[in-house]
Amino acid sequence: MSAATDKASTAVAAVPRKAPGLLRRLPTSRVAMVGLALILVWVVLALLAPFLPLDPPNKQDLMALANPLPSAKHWLGTDFKGRDILSRLIWGARTVLTVAPAAALCAYVVGCPLGLAAGYFGGWVDTVISRASDIILSFPIIILYVILIANIGPSVLNIVLAVTLTAAPGIARIVRGLTIEQRHLDYVAAAQLRRESALWIMFVELLPNCRGPLITDFCLRVGYTIITIGILGFLGLGLPPPDPDWGTMVKEGTAMISVRPHMSLFPAMAIVSLILGFNLLADGVRELSLRE
Amino acid sequence: MLRFAARRLASLLLTLVAASFLVFAVTEFSPSNVARKTLGPFALQNQVDILYEKLGLSDPLLVRYTRWAGVLLGLKADPLQDPALNLNFKDPRGDKYFGNFGYSTLYKAPVNDVIWSRLGATATLAGIAFAIIVPLSLALGVLAGMREGSALDRTISVFGIVSTSIPEFASGVFLVAIFVVVLGWLPGTSPLDPGSGWPIWSQLVLPVAVLVLYDAGYVVRMVRGSMAEVMNKGYVRTAFLKGLPMRTVVMRHALRNAMIAPFTVILLQINFLISGVVVTEMVFAYPGFGRMILDASLFGDIALIEAATLIALTIAIATQLVSDIGYALLNPQISLK
Repeated sequence: MSAATDKASTAVAAVPRKAPGLLRRLPTSRVAMVGLALILVWVVLALLAPFLPLDPPNKQDLMALANPLPSAKHWLGTDFKGRDILSRLIWGARTVLTVAPAAALCAYVVGCPLGLAAGYFGGWVDTVISRASDIILSFPIIILYVILIANIGPSVLNIVLAVTLTAAPGIARIVRGLTIEQRHLDYVAAAQLRRESALWIMFVELLPNCRGPLITDFCLRVGYTIITIGILGFLGLGLPPPDPDWGTMVKEGTAMISVRPHMSLFPAMAIVSLILGFNLLADGVRELSLRE
Repeated sequence: MLRFAARRLASLLLTLVAASFLVFAVTEFSPSNVARKTLGPFALQNQVDILYEKLGLSDPLLVRYTRWAGVLLGLKADPLQDPALNLNFKDPRGDKYFGNFGYSTLYKAPVNDVIWSRLGATATLAGIAFAIIVPLSLALGVLAGMREGSALDRTISVFGIVSTSIPEFASGVFLVAIFVVVLGWLPGTSPLDPGSGWPIWSQLVLPVAVLVLYDAGYVVRMVRGSMAEVMNKGYVRTAFLKGLPMRTVVMRHALRNAMIAPFTVILLQINFLISGVVVTEMVFAYPGFGRMILDASLFGDIALIEAATLIALTIAIATQLVSDIGYALLNPQISLK
């Protein structure tokens, strides 16, 4: 599997279990704050999209076709159909910022219980879950996405499904490792002595104690999902037109890159800024939990 | 050691079987069917139906999967090459041999004629990228990890984060804008055709740069982390206290132990490069393996998708195996069971 899981698993190896007050100490990390600022800029723009004095994202300005370069009327210029690029970027941010975290969250909802069960019960439960994960994790990830999306068709739901299927095994592996580390600690033995049920122990006792590495992993994974959605758009498997999708915008722009480079450069920069935000945030969070 | 290798080989085979079945099952969602793809858009519906029956495409999934596996293992003849079908599909290797991936409906040629030359083109691209990534990221990572917190360390770390945040298609756009549109130094597409007016080496520069940029940042961070950890170890401090110069401490004492963890990461990059090339090949219209997979998936060419998946998986799992064995050889604390 590619970068995302590797990054995550190294994060796991180094991070201690408990990270109390991680959120409160976040402002002390400059890296995390820069990352958070980048993300918040896009979140605010996305939230305010309906109230900003923007052209509708799908409105074609036929006058702009003659001169699509950035101007007072279109700050970032217009695309090959005369649509305002700034407006499409901001409306596109709404899609990316909902689909990517939602997909990562779904992967966690599936991956966490699997990892907890594998780590806590061990034995044949562990063997079945780990073997099944290994099969999916040994695929070069993009190939799996391409085969999946090309066959089930591009839509928000299908992208969430594909991300869940491909990311859940990696999450399960991380959670499994963390659970095995914790399983023999006293607080788990105490809970077992209190006759707490296995489900309660896994979700209420163990899972919260794994949160440090998991928060780091979640940030990285959202960033990686944004890359994935961008790649799918770029390969022509993005969300159906005409609604704005950043990856698709880059792809449409590259056809005209030799005459109108701004059409692909601005969407590419938007994607990079958002991914950078999540990666910096993840790095800051990891350093904070390492410092303990 | 031998037992370990044998067990891993067995699990490789199992993974290949499971994965190929998974791909078979996924392609079920696609509404298009092989018979229509084979005959093309102008064939009459009843011709399609006849071929559909003759190929046994209405059989259950499991039956069709075992038939495909039988053809691959050389136990069965490829049904598409049956002269009675009058399709004129001919494989010079015959219709029954080990490693018969069947017939590509997209390229109208045996899969074995299509796939290997493209794999070669991709191996060239990935090989050059790999040969640059490894020394570059080792050097940068060691330099950064040697003096944790120094200005050089911070500069290299920022480079690492930024470069892993730029996906291949975005860095492709940036590089093309600079080196092709503004400067005009390099070609924007890489069809590997000497007749395009640009020498072959110049067509490889940008695709390789895109792969190196995205990947090196990540490996640099891994090497840096490992190096920084080793430099904090007691035995390294002892070496310093003995009065050894920095150079000797790093080269003689720290380096070997710092290379153990990144070794695995570096070999796993081969798997990652396979993914990375799909996008890079799209950006530069490079005639390789990745673009072929995309085209095959969009067309619904099951034989080609299956073959490509199996080859990619074999490469991925084999490198994992090599990395595990190499890891054990480098690190005497680990024993293979």
